[in-house]
Amino acid sequence: MAFDEMYREVILDHYKNPRGHGVIEGADAEADGQNPLCGDEVSIYVQFGADNETIEDVKFRGRGCAISQAATSMLTEMVTGRKATAIAEMPRDELLEEVGIPLSPVRLKCALLGLGVLKVALHRAKGTPLPEEWAGMDELKLT
Amino acid sequence: MAVTSARQLDAAALRAQFPIFEQAGGARRLAYLDSSNSSQKPRAVLDAMQTFYETSYANVHRGVYELADRAAAAFEDSREKVRAFVNAGSQREIIYTRNATEALNLVAYAWGLENLGPGDVALVTELEHHSNFVPWQLIAERTGATFAAIPIEGGNHELDLSKLDEIAKRGQIKVLAVGLVNNSLGVVNPVSELAAWAHEQGAICVVDACQAAPHRPIDVQTLGADFVAFTGHKMLGPTGIGVLWGRQELLQSMQPFNVGGGQIRHVSLEKTTWNDLPHKFEAGTPPIVEAIGLGAAIDYLNEVGLESIEDHEVEITEYALGRLGEIFGLTIFGPPLERRGGIISFDLDGVHPHDVAQILGNEGVAVRAGHHCTQPLMKRLGVAATTRASFYLYTLPEEIDRLVDGLHRAKKVFA
Repeated sequence: MAFDEMYREVILDHYKNPRGHGVIEGADAEADGQNPLCGDEVSIYVQFGADNETIEDVKFRGRGCAISQAATSMLTEMVTGRKATAIAEMPRDELLEEVGIPLSPVRLKCALLGLGVLKVALHRAKGTPLPEEWAGMDELKLT
Repeated sequence: MAVTSARQLDAAALRAQFPIFEQAGGARRLAYLDSSNSSQKPRAVLDAMQTFYETSYANVHRGVYELADRAAAAFEDSREKVRAFVNAGSQREIIYTRNATEALNLVAYAWGLENLGPGDVALVTELEHHSNFVPWQLIAERTGATFAAIPIEGGNHELDLSKLDEIAKRGQIKVLAVGLVNNSLGVVNPVSELAAWAHEQGAICVVDACQAAPHRPIDVQTLGADFVAFTGHKMLGPTGIGVLWGRQELLQSMQPFNVGGGQIRHVSLEKTTWNDLPHKFEAGTPPIVEAIGLGAAIDYLNEVGLESIEDHEVEITEYALGRLGEIFGLTIFGPPLERRGGIISFDLDGVHPHDVAQILGNEGVAVRAGHHCTQPLMKRLGVAATTRASFYLYTLPEEIDRLVDGLHRAKKVFA
């Protein structure tokens, strides 16, 4: 993989200036997740709109590599204004296309951490289905 | 640097004996700084395994035909090489396992389950690899024993031995599990001192020697420990084979960990009795060819000389500490050179270790980024992960230079 593709400007921009960074106190849905390979951590907080269905606000905090944090930052922009059920069904490729860089299997886990945590949060709050690949994350509780 | 009489090794010449380094020449040739994760293999080891498969392979300790005898003899010859390598008193004390993790689990289950209970303390350290930490945590939980860890002090991240008296008040210390050389920061622990303290408490001492056995001479008879575990793949040998050394009287007193074929003396509906040491702890067909490979690796290490390897690593580590010290914003964890193995873990300000390792990887420099199976230590250091470079007998100064160049590049990307 060409070096410049991996850390293209948009990734570095999201990493250095993450969108949706922060915490929502008393959030309607929240979850934490960790990538055990490298110790990346992400917590996600969701606030639903008046219909109790549409994602009105979403914030995250975490620490980790540029890929995990930038991808989560991009994710917050992608999901705002969409319905919980739609996000529960959102294929991972939709996010990966947005991230737009070729990723090795290990880095794929970094890029998908935020999406997994968001799906867990929605699953817990709304009972939306949680695909098997993320089922294990539902058991995690970070201290 | 210590001046010794060991002959200086020629890393470049040794390197030529490792087929992996022949691959992909030019600017992207491999700078392999991940040997504490797993070492590369010399042709001698690969050839020994191939030749054994082609000329001497059969199952061991089962057949009565000539080929089976030859296979068994070679398998036991390797055990003798392992025995001599750590200066064990007897081959009966050398148990083959799949890896060091299995060896440590063997002690935790076979010794710990029987000997720990409420009021007892299973003591590890904050520097332990998960493999010498989690088994004791689990066994403590199962038996109602207390689980505790010797903390590290802030400065050099070495064990804080001033806390020992306080820890001793928490109960009857029954086991101390400690590494000889810590895998994530390279801290060399004062194991003989700790083993003596453990014995004063009436405890046994279980030593993880994975990061020591490949790099410096070990003598289990003077070390003072009761069990010592190490693995083949970090010391030029193949994966799939580990070693547990244990004091014979302890091994005798223990029930087996795995049971089944090969480790029994007699089986009936009423009762089963166990085979002699070491076979009692080697259930099932063992890693035969891997044992041959480990034997060949030990021959290779002996030929080069462990003192020479240690000297070379001290030299490389000193050079690396100096070069890395030039980089602004880079923090090195761990002790000074005198109490450090050939391992350097660091943090590059503003760049996550995963990104550091990726950028280095793109330059052909292989390092490890992560928690190195020492999450409690990472928490203590206040980081999620570190970047770790580790060295071996084939490490060249120019590989360190390429590491440094790559780190400057990483800084530039994330500036």
